[in-house]
Amino acid sequence: MAINRRDFLKFSAGTGLMLTAGATPGMAVHAPQLGKDTVGILYDSTLCIGCKSCMVNCKIANSEPGGALYHKETAGKIPFEYPDKDKIYDAPDGLSDKSLCVIKAYRHEDKTKPGDEGSLTFSFIKQHCLHCTHPACVSVCPVAALQKNKDTGIVTYNKNKCFGCRYCQIACPFGIPSYEWEKASPSVVKCQLCNHRYAQGKYSACCEFCPTGASIFGRVEDLQAEAKRRLALKPGETYAYPVKRVDGKERTEKVVATYVDHVYGLDEAGGTQYLFLAGVSFDKLGFNPKITKDVYPDYTWDYVSHVPILIGTLLVAGTALRTVTQKLEKKKNDAGKGDAS
Amino acid sequence: MESKVVGSNDNLLSGVTRRDFMKFCTAAAATMGLPLSAVPQIAEAVTSPKRPPVIWLSGQECTGCVESLLRSGHPDIVTLIFDLISLEYSETLNVGAGHQAEAFRAKSIEENKGKFILVVDGAIPVKDKGIYCMVAGKPVLDILLETAPLAAAVISIGSCAAWGGVAAASPNPTGATPVHEILKGKGIPVVNIPGCPPNPYNFLTTVIHFLTFNKLPALDDKGRPKFAYSRLIHENCERRPHFDAGRFAEEFGDTGHRQGFCLYKLGCKGPETYNNCSTLAFNDSPGCWPVATGSPCFGCSEEHVGFNSPLFSKAKVIFPTPPAQQVKAVPEKGGGAKNFAYGVAGAAIGAAAVALAKRGGKED
Repeated sequence: MAINRRDFLKFSAGTGLMLTAGATPGMAVHAPQLGKDTVGILYDSTLCIGCKSCMVNCKIANSEPGGALYHKETAGKIPFEYPDKDKIYDAPDGLSDKSLCVIKAYRHEDKTKPGDEGSLTFSFIKQHCLHCTHPACVSVCPVAALQKNKDTGIVTYNKNKCFGCRYCQIACPFGIPSYEWEKASPSVVKCQLCNHRYAQGKYSACCEFCPTGASIFGRVEDLQAEAKRRLALKPGETYAYPVKRVDGKERTEKVVATYVDHVYGLDEAGGTQYLFLAGVSFDKLGFNPKITKDVYPDYTWDYVSHVPILIGTLLVAGTALRTVTQKLEKKKNDAGKGDAS
Repeated sequence: MESKVVGSNDNLLSGVTRRDFMKFCTAAAATMGLPLSAVPQIAEAVTSPKRPPVIWLSGQECTGCVESLLRSGHPDIVTLIFDLISLEYSETLNVGAGHQAEAFRAKSIEENKGKFILVVDGAIPVKDKGIYCMVAGKPVLDILLETAPLAAAVISIGSCAAWGGVAAASPNPTGATPVHEILKGKGIPVVNIPGCPPNPYNFLTTVIHFLTFNKLPALDDKGRPKFAYSRLIHENCERRPHFDAGRFAEEFGDTGHRQGFCLYKLGCKGPETYNNCSTLAFNDSPGCWPVATGSPCFGCSEEHVGFNSPLFSKAKVIFPTPPAQQVKAVPEKGGGAKNFAYGVAGAAIGAAAVALAKRGGKED
């Protein structure tokens, strides 16, 4: 039976209505709140001595099967980045496809002060994936290669799903995901909070090998409480800082330094599971001041949420259109044939 | 028949060659950070016939400091006590003994009032009026209090004399007290040469500085000579590159330990201990100090560290310094304009090439 013009227009109007009446924007992504088992890292810059133990052990741990740096072709090798020919010193310039975790330094020389020690200020900062509560990378991934674990909150990556669009690199406000540009079949590389070790009952290598307790692993709720507790301490007091894990028994006593009164990661980009404390302002440590409390997926959700309906509608509309035109054409052809005969 | 022993002694006492002597003077100047022009002055001072008298008192000590001094190479102990200084009294090196030695000490102090150097090794017990360390029937506390006001300068050699050391370790049953605390407020200059034992050259150089310039070397707020104790061991440690590269021995005997990695995680106190162990070899033999042999520094020369903090606890890094090549938190800007200029130039060349090619095409 042929579809008349009237029916076709009716159908078109219907699909148009469906498009405009799509899902309520902005709400659906808010579902994953901090769960009980959500894990993260607290990095205290005032405790960091810049020994890079975390960087080295991150590479070693993630080169094991299941790790974020593991590849079948290079199994058993640790991807060190040597700037010199002698291959002595692993010194990455920043986050890369071979380095998931990097210690950077802030140095400031106050020329008004005399002496070579009093005039220098140093601070270290550890950079790796922040595991946002509402990750932008996950929201833009068209094939769900990046996913946020419902229990642990770890943002994981599945290279078998990834098709290399690198939207995640553009979406991430912290510029974390790296790409294996040199490879024929590359993947996206980023910290996965030692997810493979977590499954074995261990925890992040950077925290396990941190000698001073600058990086500690634990439940995000505990870490947030610990960070707030530290901000409440007075400079000069002695405090027993937990080492390795926030809930562990190992502690080290240290004189409290002066903190900047802010826990980075409590609200930034809608909250992250990697929290920071520091003695100098976060802008100086390389954090982008443009990052606000806004939840990044919210920016795109209004549009992205329509995509499945839009694609579905287009498919249906296209099929319908094709059916209509096919029938019209057939009719025309039939009429032509009739004339000829 | 000539005795071999006497023969060898003769040889020992015959003194040093001029070459060796000048080498020693240069080394002493270098240790103090003095220019080469100071070498003749040092040579003159140490060859002057008037050798400064030294009285060496011992409190609660193990003689380790004297033993370390006995093993110095330039000058050796023989040159020191026969050519450089006049060692009037030392319980370890005295020729005489008993009443004879004590009488000579009293005589020497009387003769050299205000001129002699008083060296003290060992802590001084003060509990129960100092009865826990008696010399010749007299508490060493009293001997110190009698002798010190008459001395030109007091040198506390070793951690026991400087901080209390092992004798003052908790619970400190004898009330062992460092020398400078006992002499506090008496206006007597006290130099601390801490260490267990200290490098003998830190002591010798202080003595030679005093001989040459007739004053004590520059001291820090804890009374230590700055030429030896102004830098942390960690700053010049031969294992420091491993620390900066994040390579650590995690436990004794593991791969990292065998490969000579940094000992910080094994409890090395280098990052909180001021001394020159990492730059000035003990006994003139490089590679024989604890860190080089694979044993973490235990902070013997630092107050409140050695004999106080647990051996294998991790040190508090006093002054964490990033290596020069460490990545900056905020990358330096300024390359943008340059890159843009290159880009514009490249685009211009490209456009010109395309234009030329088109023209060429037309002509064909």
